[in-house]
Amino acid sequence: MTKFVISGAEHADGTRADLFIADGVFVEERPSGADVIDADGLIALPGLVDLHTHLREPGREDAETVASGSMAAARGGFTCIHAMANTTPVTDTAENAEHILDLGIKADLVQVVPIGAITKALAGKELAELGLMHASRAAVRVFSDDGMCVMDAGLMRRAFEWIKPFDGVLAQHAQDSGLAGPGACCHEGDISGRLGLAGWPPVAESVIIARDAQLAEATGSRLHVCHITTAEGVDVIRWAKARGINVTAEATPHHLYLKTEEVVNYDTVYKVNPPLRTDEHVEAIREALADGTIDIVGTDHAPHAPHDKDHSFAEAKPGMLGLEQALSVIMETMVTTGRLDWAGVVDRMSAAPARIGRVAGQGRPLVAGEPANLVLVDPARRATVDRDASASFSRNNPYHGRDLPDPVELTMWAGRVTHRR
Amino acid sequence: MKNLLGIEGMSLDDIRAVLATAEEMHEIQQRPVKKLPALRGRTVVNLFFEDSTRTRSSFELAAKWLSADAINVAAKGSSASKGESMRDTLMTLDSMGVDAIVMRHAGSGSVAQAAGWVRASMINAGDGTHEHPTQALLDAHAMLRHFRKNDLGDLEGKEVVIVGDLLHSRVVRSNALLLPQLGAHVTIVAPPTLMPPGVGTWNVAVSHDLDAVLPSADVVMMLRVQRERMLGGFFPSEREYTIRYGLTAARLAKLAPNAVIAHPGPLNRGLEISSAAADSIRSIVLDQVSAGVAVRMSVLYHLLAAEN
Amino acid sequence: MSPDAIDGVATVKSVMNAAEIARTTTRMSHELLELAGGAEDLIILGILTRGVPLAQRIARAVAETEGVDVATGELDITMYRDDLRSQPLRPVGRTVLPGSIDGKIVVLVDDVLFSGRTVQAALHALADLGRPAKILLVVLVDRGHRDVPIQAHIVGRHLPTASDERVRVSMTEFDELDQVTIESDASTL
Repeated sequence: MTKFVISGAEHADGTRADLFIADGVFVEERPSGADVIDADGLIALPGLVDLHTHLREPGREDAETVASGSMAAARGGFTCIHAMANTTPVTDTAENAEHILDLGIKADLVQVVPIGAITKALAGKELAELGLMHASRAAVRVFSDDGMCVMDAGLMRRAFEWIKPFDGVLAQHAQDSGLAGPGACCHEGDISGRLGLAGWPPVAESVIIARDAQLAEATGSRLHVCHITTAEGVDVIRWAKARGINVTAEATPHHLYLKTEEVVNYDTVYKVNPPLRTDEHVEAIREALADGTIDIVGTDHAPHAPHDKDHSFAEAKPGMLGLEQALSVIMETMVTTGRLDWAGVVDRMSAAPARIGRVAGQGRPLVAGEPANLVLVDPARRATVDRDASASFSRNNPYHGRDLPDPVELTMWAGRVTHRR
Repeated sequence: MKNLLGIEGMSLDDIRAVLATAEEMHEIQQRPVKKLPALRGRTVVNLFFEDSTRTRSSFELAAKWLSADAINVAAKGSSASKGESMRDTLMTLDSMGVDAIVMRHAGSGSVAQAAGWVRASMINAGDGTHEHPTQALLDAHAMLRHFRKNDLGDLEGKEVVIVGDLLHSRVVRSNALLLPQLGAHVTIVAPPTLMPPGVGTWNVAVSHDLDAVLPSADVVMMLRVQRERMLGGFFPSEREYTIRYGLTAARLAKLAPNAVIAHPGPLNRGLEISSAAADSIRSIVLDQVSAGVAVRMSVLYHLLAAEN
Repeated sequence: MSPDAIDGVATVKSVMNAAEIARTTTRMSHELLELAGGAEDLIILGILTRGVPLAQRIARAVAETEGVDVATGELDITMYRDDLRSQPLRPVGRTVLPGSIDGKIVVLVDDVLFSGRTVQAALHALADLGRPAKILLVVLVDRGHRDVPIQAHIVGRHLPTASDERVRVSMTEFDELDQVTIESDASTL
């Protein structure tokens, strides 16, 4: 079925209009012989775009594959995800980037855009083949050593310079490892002191953001700051934006919702890097996402096999699932609290991430001529999250057992239904 | 009690009961035949992911004197480095049907995690920089015995000063939780770089000035400082640390007449403690060691003597 | 229902009063001297809890008769009990010996002899403490119903009881008065 009529849906701006789809794009006229989707009571939003997804293929296909992650994305309302470079091997060559692209095309559930590493093997020593990755079929524009912070300022400067001609962007995992010991695994504060866990001080994040913002300014290149978690980090972003520096920032669903208190029982599901923070930081992140200082929501979907979590807290792998509950958590923390309206959700979860990644045809309004990427949302439905109901191969779901909005009714990518409840 | 995961989680009744039984166990320790049948047929595994001589042998003696079968498993390098998860290591031992697992691990919280996985009783023999509950209990026991022997009462109102690398110490966390419950007033002293975050929320006084708190101390507990910490920039030199925070011969002379010196060992003589202090008549370091067996006998008795 | 009934559940019957206990204690001390051939080498050990005051009383009576001090002590058998595991955790008591028991005549004293398991545990405990020349057993009440082949050398009073009755010895060292009672559940009468 290539023709659809979506009837009765409300749009992000509150208006109500039927949507007509033929051959993968929105059209003006109601197509004949179309499949009618009753969207009465639902809200139609552009398909969500994630700038920060960890698929574990190649290397750790037991934890996630491009296909299983794509399915999780579709269930979460996403039509485009960016695959982080920290696979095995690392996505640091054109060939590896094209391999990810092809795996995405084969899975065929969501647009999978490879992210290239900034440095070879994420080692922070030499630049990866940034230009060749861009020139490949994968057309890589977003580069990140995510998981590792590029600590060498000189190398970071060269990377900014190298990607500028093709409008690339460096997505930095802002975390100065010199400000925390190797065992740092949670927020540094009262709780880490009591639990005897080595913590990351907030300043470890903000000093790198400040350094990189100034490097972006000096080189005239683009910086994207991954997963901001601190009030200090937000302050630096605010300063950089006021100065006109070309910087964007991201918040994850879990840093908007979960707090450092979750770690008191040493449950490794809550081990994530950067760590869960205290109330005041969570509040600062929510406020910054509401006022646009933080531009986007990135899931940092990070699947891990159980045996990588069944270690002591300090030794367990960091990361948690995010794709399937991202919109749920944003509704819970931002929409029901009145901080963001649906137009704001569209901007932070679809339009802005597509713009930062320069992904044509994603994050576009639901108007004739645009690719038919959309998600139908039930704003009222809630459910208790069950980690075993996930499409992901992994079960490190921090929302398991929690009552949250359960909005996604249907996801459509390029005129095809990729998920339907 | 099913497990001993930390002083946190023990009720004051539990604490008093363990200390009371330790007194009785201490008497038994003086007998020519140190063998009691209380834990006959029980099996205790000492699972040490980290090296330890005194804690492991102390638990082993405690188990054996209570007639439990005790085996030692040195898991250093046998788990995570070989790809086995900590959970698999624990589940493997548990499946052998052991009754208690005494565990030491570099990971804070690891023993509590293990308690969620296994059927056996878990006993924390030191988890990372979190807690070392039997050490704190034996410290309290040794202090109480000393006070009683010298007609100095109990811990009520006593000033206990704990000095050293508190950031990386599991001993200080357990003692800071335990001693105030027994009436002691605890002051912790460390250079700013070796003070844990959040000590303002602990039930202790905090100082960076050892000389200011020393004269009023009834007990001075010196904690080990690892020389390697210098590399992390935690202190400039051994010389500076010793001069500012070590229990030197000069500081020894400043102690109150009845004050005693404690140290959980192993001692770094010449760094945090001078030989003059370690070997002085005020030292209760060896009393702590003998208290260790009694306290661990008591803990094993409380966890294993009756069916839970 | 008897006036001694407690909450309508149990009946309490007094079987020895203070004067009877005192007379019996004195008599047992005489029997002990006769049996042991004097007070020399005696160590009178009370089994915790109510064996202890009884042992003290017997020792005092022996001392008065012989005009010599008699060594006494306390024996805690908690960790030797064969039901240690199946019962709720028991606090450990303290064993106090006046000296080595090697070569001595150890007199074990307890308030009630019932199944014999307490005495059995006490014998095991003594074996870990040394090698006495002889062990004698003295009890205030023997109520029968033995589970193990143990007999007392000296018995204050033989009390025929039903196995579901309880014999309670009160002593002023712990209780309000000296007496021995038999309690039984009202429902079983």
